[in-house]
Amino acid sequence: MRDNIISEKDVMQNQTAHPAKIAARNVQVYYGDTHAIKDVNVDIEANTVTAFIGPSGCGKSTFLRCINRMNDTIDVCRVEGDIRIDGEDIYDRKVDPVQLRAKVGMVFQKPNPFPKSIYDNVAYGPRIHGLARNKAELDDIVEKALRRGAIWNEVKDRLHAPGTGLSGGQQQRLCIARAVATEPEVLLMDEPCSALDPIATAQVEELIDELRQSYSVVIVTHSMQQAARVSQKTAFFHLGNLVEFGETDKIFTAPEDPRTESYITGRIG
Amino acid sequence: MQDQHIASAFDRDLESIQAQIMKMGGLVEDAIRLGAQSLDTRDEELAEKVRAGDRAIDGLEELINDQAARLIALRAPAAIDLRLVLSVIKISANLERIGDYAKNMAKRTGVLSQMPPVNDSAGSIRRMARTVEAMLKDALDAYIQRDADLALDIIARDEDLDQMYNALFREFLTFMMEDPRNITACMHLHFIAKNVERMGDHVTSIAEQVVYLVTGVAPADARPKADETSVASKA
Repeated sequence: MRDNIISEKDVMQNQTAHPAKIAARNVQVYYGDTHAIKDVNVDIEANTVTAFIGPSGCGKSTFLRCINRMNDTIDVCRVEGDIRIDGEDIYDRKVDPVQLRAKVGMVFQKPNPFPKSIYDNVAYGPRIHGLARNKAELDDIVEKALRRGAIWNEVKDRLHAPGTGLSGGQQQRLCIARAVATEPEVLLMDEPCSALDPIATAQVEELIDELRQSYSVVIVTHSMQQAARVSQKTAFFHLGNLVEFGETDKIFTAPEDPRTESYITGRIG
Repeated sequence: MQDQHIASAFDRDLESIQAQIMKMGGLVEDAIRLGAQSLDTRDEELAEKVRAGDRAIDGLEELINDQAARLIALRAPAAIDLRLVLSVIKISANLERIGDYAKNMAKRTGVLSQMPPVNDSAGSIRRMARTVEAMLKDALDAYIQRDADLALDIIARDEDLDQMYNALFREFLTFMMEDPRNITACMHLHFIAKNVERMGDHVTSIAEQVVYLVTGVAPADARPKADETSVASKA
């Protein structure tokens, strides 16, 4: 086994020349005195599923939450460096985090539908962002989002039943429909399948692949098999560093860094 | 990179499948050596032993394939582990083919020992078989030691074997032209020589698997092809 640990510079060189949808440069994140993300540079492409993998506490979720400024809500959290979406600095003073989060949607580990009807769960975002002029337009938006969430056929006859009454897998697809209802450009998913059974997981994975046509999807997952199945690019984080970033099939057949290899083959990393 | 998996049963499975490969390799080395010896010493009893021994080699190939399928299904190996399982499947197929060639050599020994010897051809084939046996031994060592350099060296050495075969091919041609009564024996001997040359190709393939296993990249096919017998009529 080659013991070459690749340097941060080389990680950057492995990245493609495509214009990046999301470009992160020298990103540092601190929780109080703890240095959680150490100088991460990464380019995430449009219409691509990018998976973040790594052991617990490696910083993958923290980095994901930088992309829609969710870390702003944590008082002791400090983000340094530069993150741009389509060339625009998302940490610029002029950027409204609420508008940013309409553009960068997020799906969480546990399905968290609002205690409202299925219809209102999806209509909530378009309403507050004023995306519909009348009821008919809003109906269209809701139907389209539920179809994209691959759940329309299961709920079309009970749109006014509570969202919390659905099964876990249906709730998660409802949350994905809610996230896409505001027409985001980027979809962040933090362990979207960890609370789901294998069938619901397969449905969500199928959905992720479809969503790639319209969005950049970034998914944090503890399931390496899931990362291998759904993503085109994989980033491996370890102890706050981005260790390796590249084509998913390369990472899972012949990774370059011994730390990546130890982790994905289930050795003590 | 760490050596041990968190799941120690995974390590035991991988070790077991590699142990089967080494066992199979040992049987195939014996088959080459004893097959060539039976040809050279006209020992029909030994030839029969080699023929019968091929069943054990075939049995091991099946066992290895079953274990590999089980490993893929239950452990979903990735990276070095995946390359290991893939290489094990291919190497066992290569060893099985080499075993078949050795068995074929032993079969022809039975026919050839009924005929007068053709010069020292059997001795030449035995030298060729020794070369391929040494290459196989080194290939299995390179495999177990994860030594890509040694594997690349073996790939280069296959050229010597090709040249030995080319020389024998010309020799047989000469013997047959000199005396047509040599044709039957020479045809058998030529098949044997060709089969030993093919064994070398399978050993080369094993060495290539070692390079892939260690580096993650299959070696580029840069070796010049030394089999010129298809154009030998011009020589």
